Amino acid sequence: MAERKDTPEQAEFREHCRSWLAENKPAPPSFRLPISAIEVMTEEQRDYLASWQNKVYKAGLIGCDYPSEYGGGGHTNFQAVANQELQRAGVPYLLNIIGLNMAAPTILQHGTEEQKKRMLPPLLSCDEIWCQGFSEPGAGSDLANVQAPAVRDGDNWIINGHKVWTSLAHFATWMIMICRTSSDHKYNGLTYYIVPIADTLGVTVRPLIKITGETGFNEVLFEDVVVPDTLRLDEVGKGWTVAMTTLTYERGAAEGAGSGGGKGMDERLDELIALAKRMKRNGKPAWQDATVRDKIMQLSIRGEGLRQLGRRARVAALCDHPMRLPLQTKVLISEWLQDVAACAVEVEGAYASLYKGDERAPDGGDWPLAYMNSYGFTIAAGTNEVQRNILGERVLGMAKSK
Amino acid sequence: MAQPKNFGFDEEAQMVRDSARKFLRDNAGIESLRKLVAVDHVEAYESTTQPNYYDEKLWQQIVELGWTTLAVPEQIGGAGMSMVTLAALAEEVGSVALPSPLTSTLLATTVLREADGPGAKTALEAIVSGGPATLAITDESGSWDAADSGVAAKAQGSGATLNGTAYFVQDARKAASFVVSATADGGTALYVVAADAPGVTILPDRIVDLTRDQARVVFQDVEVAAGAVVAAAGKGEAAISRATPAMLTIVAADICGAAEWQLQTTNEYAQIRTQFDHPIGFFQAVKHPIVNMMIDIDRARSLVYTAACAIDTEPERAQWYARMAKSAASDAAAFCSGRSVQLHGGIGFTWECDVHIYFKRQKHNQMYLGDGSYQRARLAELADQAAA
Ligand SMILES: Cc1cc2nc3c(=O)[nH]c(=O)nc-3n(C[C@H](O)[C@H](O)[C@H](O)COP(=O)(O)OP(=O)(O)OC[C@H]3O[C@@H](n4cnc5c(N)ncnc54)[C@H](O)[C@@H]3O)c2cc1C
Repeated sequence: MAERKDTPEQAEFREHCRSWLAENKPAPPSFRLPISAIEVMTEEQRDYLASWQNKVYKAGLIGCDYPSEYGGGGHTNFQAVANQELQRAGVPYLLNIIGLNMAAPTILQHGTEEQKKRMLPPLLSCDEIWCQGFSEPGAGSDLANVQAPAVRDGDNWIINGHKVWTSLAHFATWMIMICRTSSDHKYNGLTYYIVPIADTLGVTVRPLIKITGETGFNEVLFEDVVVPDTLRLDEVGKGWTVAMTTLTYERGAAEGAGSGGGKGMDERLDELIALAKRMKRNGKPAWQDATVRDKIMQLSIRGEGLRQLGRRARVAALCDHPMRLPLQTKVLISEWLQDVAACAVEVEGAYASLYKGDERAPDGGDWPLAYMNSYGFTIAAGTNEVQRNILGERVLGMAKSK
Repeated sequence: MAQPKNFGFDEEAQMVRDSARKFLRDNAGIESLRKLVAVDHVEAYESTTQPNYYDEKLWQQIVELGWTTLAVPEQIGGAGMSMVTLAALAEEVGSVALPSPLTSTLLATTVLREADGPGAKTALEAIVSGGPATLAITDESGSWDAADSGVAAKAQGSGATLNGTAYFVQDARKAASFVVSATADGGTALYVVAADAPGVTILPDRIVDLTRDQARVVFQDVEVAAGAVVAAAGKGEAAISRATPAMLTIVAADICGAAEWQLQTTNEYAQIRTQFDHPIGFFQAVKHPIVNMMIDIDRARSLVYTAACAIDTEPERAQWYARMAKSAASDAAAFCSGRSVQLHGGIGFTWECDVHIYFKRQKHNQMYLGDGSYQRARLAELADQAAA
């Protein structure tokens, strides 16, 4: 069935997405897949997910709205349809998320013709994986404090420095990176590069272990790494502006080149309710407990509210400020995921002590894992505290906090 | 998803909203509200009978603008507008905290249009000709259950005799007629009773909210004719239940409008009030709660339009979404009200500062028809029914 208000082209494309996804939904792998793409650790996981993304790309569900000369589908307003259908289909998530949602839109907007032609097609097809080298030990929330120096040397740049929390760097061919090219200006002293990091002389990638015991992010060390000037993105000194493009997409305030798949909100909530029906509290199913019911319904309402806020954001007449709803997305989704997992852990009671690998752990120990892992979402992509500053300042016009 | 992407918020809805916004801002802004309801605290709270503050002239204009007929079906002379349009209007009404029987009349209308007795049509026609109406359907315990009523009906010829008391009747002193639920042989029935009918006594409550009146309405041997039967015995509960999503949505929309006023007013203050050499909005202990007010409002508002749209296009989901909307709105009302006072500091605690007017209306609406946790308990039951 077509969504109401789809154009005829969109409706036809939606049909294509649905039938293709129905026919090509992969069998679940024999091994465990992590919660999201930024916890992918093993080659087995990577290969499974990369080949899935490649198939989805070939079916035309990724890069739909990107020009065909850059490997895209050359359509308009198809990506949102594909994303919706991917999300609904209960298929695996896309692996190259930093590529699709951060690097691709940034390159499309700021890149040269050669950069777009070279970088975008293998990004979309998942032949090359991307990572993001923004954060440093001394530059997190205050991102403009990035120090990694890039020094011009003829047609090249010599890069040094230390990047941290770099998700997917262990599998990445390319890194989008901001470096310091002048110490005279905080913001205008930054420049944005595309840096090859796989098998590059002077680059060391070391895994960092997360709170969960898993990895998925890394520290990346640069020692006199030579990068040709042709891999500079936009002008020298404009790195901050370019980084803002990346962050707009990273925080979900604009649509990238493809997303969807993985566990949807409904599925997580259904699992929570199923868990509450199985676990006991005061000798009865926890679901019978008024407090538990209230908490779960509260989450159900917040989940629906988030979904409907996304819908309302597209109805201009029902939005007072263009960025007011889009800028809330990151905060809402990350806190929802955290609170769903927190609620599940409470519902488990004593069983919340059991972790992955214990055969008596409810749902394979996923809930304590999901709960711990959820802090990654409230911290990454700009902490929720920083997001609230942005909402207060840019949307409501309050004085800028230091 | 069977709902239109834009919630059905079409040009007509936008026109109604925009003209309502303009009219209310021009005629019922904060200055006139303050003059109307908040001049004298002694009069407001200590008069023998609490004043029933509202601007009757403005009300006549509202009637002439046709707002009271928006929800009345076209066959009966109304405008038969979509629920989304009504929600948008209710939001505007809330944003100026309008004291008027409009909300009560709209709520009564939503019940009347779900009933098939001869009295339903007569009562709707009375609304079309400008008579405000209100629901008298709540018992002494304050139950929001459609089956509970404080009034008993005894069959009397083809009509009935009513005895008992309806509690928590909104805008009782402004209404020309009551839609009364009564326990009769065979189940709940609904009747329409004129406010000045013999045997009807209105006993005003003393309430916190300055923007409405509330009363107990006593029925003593009140005779109602067959033509005043809105829903026959056994049909009243269902009519109220069918109207419940619309009732919840209208009140939730009112809350959202008022909460937006609280947000904007508190935000303005955070930008002009300076302490420690900074506007107080510089401090995150002020900034972040104000952002959280916005987040709460936007959640509730998105759910209000979803609920309204469900009533228009997906009725089987209407109760689910409407209870979500009311839950989210009630919680937003509580949070925004608390923060609006706290973040104004000492001045926010006074009768001088306008935030108290909204605070009081919001607390009233938070509880009215059931607060957040009440709605969530009903939602959990609905989830159980869906799973069964
Ligand atoms: C799972 C995960 C994946 C990540 N992946 C990547 C990646 O691929 N690439 C990359 O470049 N980075 C990545 N990051 C890094 C992430 O962007 C930073 O961790 C984040 O921006 C916060 O910076 P920080 O860790 O230095 O914390 P800090 O900035 O030191 O913050 C510490 C605390 O202080 C608060 N705080 C700081 N400043 C303010 C302020 N002005 N107002 C209020 N509170 C404030 C913060 O909210 C936080 O609670 C990842 C992080 C995580 C957790």
